[in-house]
Amino acid sequence: MKRLCLLAAAAMLFAAPAFAQDNSSADTITVGFTDSQTGPLNVDSLGQQRGYEYWRDEVNAAGGIKVGDKKYTVKFVSYDDQSVGGRVQQLYTRLINQDHAQFLFSPYSSGLTAPAAVISEQYGKIMIDSGGAEEKPFELGNKYLFMVITSATHYMSGAVEALKEKNPHAKIAMVYSDDPFSKDVMKAAKEQAEAAGLQVVMDESYAPSTTDFGPIVNKIISSNADAFMGGGHYSDGATLARQMYDQRANMKWVSILVAPADDKFGELGPAALGVTVPSQWEVQVAYKPQFGPTTAEFATAFEAKFHAKADYHAASGYTSGTMLQHAIEQANSIDPEKVAAALNATDVTTFFGHVKFMTDPGHHGLQAAHEMVLAQWQKVNGKPGRQVVWPTAAQSAALIYPISASQ
Amino acid sequence: MGRLIDAGPDRLSRAMLGILASLIDGVLVGLVYGLAAMGLTLIWGVMDVINLTHGAMVVAGMMALYLLASALGISPYLTLPPVLIGGFFVGVALYWIAIHRMVGRPPLMSLLSTFAVNLILIGVGTAVWGTALFNVEVSLPGVSIGRYTFPGAHILAAVLAAVIAALLYVFLHNTRIGKAVRAVANNREAAELVGIPTTRLLAISVGMGVSLAGVSGMLIGTLFPFTILSGDGYQLKGFIVTVLGGFGNPVGALLGGVALGLLEGAVTPFVPVSWTLVIEFVLFVLVLIAFPGGIFASRRGAL
Amino acid sequence: MLRRPFFWIIALTIAVFVAAPAIGDDVEMRESLALAAVYITLASNLNLMLGYAGYINFGSIVFFGLGGYICIWLVSSYSWSLGASLVAAGIGVSALSLVFGFGILRLRGPFFALSTIGIVEGVQAFVENFTPWGGSSGIYISPQVFLPLGGSARALWIIYFLFVAVMGASLYLSYVIKTSKFGLGLLAIGQNEDAAAILGVPTPRYKALAYSASAFLPAIAGGLYFFKGAFIQPSDAFDLTLSTEAIVICMLGGQGTVTGVALGAYLYEELRGYLLTSSTFSNFQLVIAGVLLLLIVLFFPSGLMGFVYSRFPRLQRVLE
Repeated sequence: MKRLCLLAAAAMLFAAPAFAQDNSSADTITVGFTDSQTGPLNVDSLGQQRGYEYWRDEVNAAGGIKVGDKKYTVKFVSYDDQSVGGRVQQLYTRLINQDHAQFLFSPYSSGLTAPAAVISEQYGKIMIDSGGAEEKPFELGNKYLFMVITSATHYMSGAVEALKEKNPHAKIAMVYSDDPFSKDVMKAAKEQAEAAGLQVVMDESYAPSTTDFGPIVNKIISSNADAFMGGGHYSDGATLARQMYDQRANMKWVSILVAPADDKFGELGPAALGVTVPSQWEVQVAYKPQFGPTTAEFATAFEAKFHAKADYHAASGYTSGTMLQHAIEQANSIDPEKVAAALNATDVTTFFGHVKFMTDPGHHGLQAAHEMVLAQWQKVNGKPGRQVVWPTAAQSAALIYPISASQ
Repeated sequence: MGRLIDAGPDRLSRAMLGILASLIDGVLVGLVYGLAAMGLTLIWGVMDVINLTHGAMVVAGMMALYLLASALGISPYLTLPPVLIGGFFVGVALYWIAIHRMVGRPPLMSLLSTFAVNLILIGVGTAVWGTALFNVEVSLPGVSIGRYTFPGAHILAAVLAAVIAALLYVFLHNTRIGKAVRAVANNREAAELVGIPTTRLLAISVGMGVSLAGVSGMLIGTLFPFTILSGDGYQLKGFIVTVLGGFGNPVGALLGGVALGLLEGAVTPFVPVSWTLVIEFVLFVLVLIAFPGGIFASRRGAL
Repeated sequence: MLRRPFFWIIALTIAVFVAAPAIGDDVEMRESLALAAVYITLASNLNLMLGYAGYINFGSIVFFGLGGYICIWLVSSYSWSLGASLVAAGIGVSALSLVFGFGILRLRGPFFALSTIGIVEGVQAFVENFTPWGGSSGIYISPQVFLPLGGSARALWIIYFLFVAVMGASLYLSYVIKTSKFGLGLLAIGQNEDAAAILGVPTPRYKALAYSASAFLPAIAGGLYFFKGAFIQPSDAFDLTLSTEAIVICMLGGQGTVTGVALGAYLYEELRGYLLTSSTFSNFQLVIAGVLLLLIVLFFPSGLMGFVYSRFPRLQRVLE
């Protein structure tokens, strides 16, 4: 019986490759990626995925990517990674070997992008990263990895500068999630704050699964801080904001990572007002694009298509696509080496901002030019809404300090 | 602590106040943890079943709160009666689906069957609602001592938890059904011989256990935002509390909950917050080893 | 031993695993068989506690994760070779499991099961704070480590064959234990521990041995798995899903049987692979695992092999 099963199984396995589609047909380019349709990251991952899809639909509507005198339609193959790192590696291996993906996009979040990048490098495929800001994967010596978003160590620099301008004697409590992204961001933030002469009176991380921040907030109050920086991803950031408000921590400044960049954060009502968030992009920024849509055009068309406001995950996802397309067109080829060379030479500005990649082997692929903006939740027509408040050149409203003035 | 002492008595007393505040807050939240664990310990006490769907039931209570309060606009605390009653019926259904056939079989089987149901429930929940964060707005005036505030919602949740726990105690000791439940817990065969409809009572017990889980979920929902996956964390805390308080001992569960809350409140001011979980789990395993039935373990089967 | 047909059945299985992807250089088949080998390893070793001795270990993943960490740490911080790191991982985790076991093996039934959850969660929380092991960021190893193995493409093949070797060792270990006095003692413990003790079975020693033995090969498999991924972080290394699936597999295939568990692991992995990539069902993967488990526990507690043996009783003489 077991032998029969074994033979049947072996037969199945031999036959299986026949069912895999050969996607490298003459007129299509296959791009592979995973997204977190389920699992704790799915809210943020959705924006990125929509960004990818929006780009694909736009490029195919225009006939495809032009290489020489041929036009290639873009085809996606994607799987749900369920926000689990182990699955990511299996799926990217499958995307490369079975689905014959020629180019790859990253999953969402640093924790998932790092394992994916191992696979892409093992097989020599280009991966464009719009979801993972952690820098370590780029410091191991890669050739085909490219990050379009600002990297972790630059996340808080704008917030630190803005705070220093409002209060050069601020005392900062830094409390953040114990995950690679948040730790990277806040380590750099602490160095930048101390270099700017600000005092960091508390520096602690919490387990990402923490739900009750009551004792932590009390500790923040005891530290005599008047400014707060930290958080992690959506659920802890939102809870921190709410509990600091409920327990009347009376911070004059609050910067939280990721969570406030999502429109859902507004549902916290008064607890949201005044909270600032470093953002890769907001609908109010006004870079002049060298090609592609302007911010306003992108935001309107996106909302019309998906019935949801575009957030920075969508904008960065879309930009992954446009950067890949631009490089293919510049290289006039789909050969990975040539496209990688074209990406290394890229230096353009789109509605998303200025994009240029580092090329030295010790930091290959890290984003060199793009900058964060700081957004703040304020009362817009009586309801909470986000405004860009820093840098002053890009602002759509003035920064409110102390944040209690925004109530 | 050193730097605080150097800075003079005022800073020290403020720090002490901070610690006291954390402890009190810990007790408040701990009462809710205790309520959550009471459901677990009740089912265990009556039928030797460790209900691994407990986490899913807590989440169900949270979702019920959200759907009723946000979608239908009912005031949050008014969702308590429907959750209490609805949870009861869900529990009875759970009994018939997953537990009935396991009664009398090795406890490992019921562990696996409830575990399986948990997988199913969480899987369906994630498929339907994703893992988005749900938040229910509850604004009550809080109580302030110095710079520290105890949110009104915490206080009310703690009070309600204590009230329900008291009601459960009264039910178990002063009503006919309650006494029958305790009889079945004590010795099922004897209870049957005396004419107590044991199957019905087992179903009722599971119903009550799940109802308690659901209500605690509803109360937690008024305190913190949650996702479909939040249940696992509270189930784990439920185990820790049950181990501390004794399997099968509802009063112990409440005390265990308070103990856990105190532990969390006491540890946080002194230790980097990320070590709290390590300490909890080490304690959990150590207590299990040292007191295999829990610290306040009742004699087997006695409620 | 060499006379028993089952010995050769295992050998044949190993041969198929080695030959099938190698002929034809089929990378995709290699990857899916590698995963099947990992599941078979985990489930077979879990079976030593679950199927033989009757102790549910919800946290068997802790062996896999710690093995992974020790291996990666030695390779990245001390430049040890892969082989030496794997052996160190296996021995280290087995030794550590003796320490854990000393504490928790005196617990019975559900209490033991709960304590294993406590251990996994505690170890994960600890590693997240443990800076020499990278804390919550984990450890990365540079692609340079694949150079002594001949470059990444060749290294992936070598790693695959090592997976198959570990799987084979697990199957043989299960088989050898089952047909030995030690195994008989474990089965007796699984039936009725107190009676076994009275009849002279040295229960504490046997349980400790089984628990420790069940840690060794999964630790090596973990070392291989994370070395291949060139990256380890606590949330992946201690993901309870894998332990859960191992339990489902043991129950599905027939706890206490070597064949059943191996077959169950293979079938489950194929099912899961299909679910993972099916757009309709990928959300329902856990639901289906749950439904499967529930059906088995309610109606087929002896799993697949129980069903097979009841239909073909003569097979019990050949298969284990």
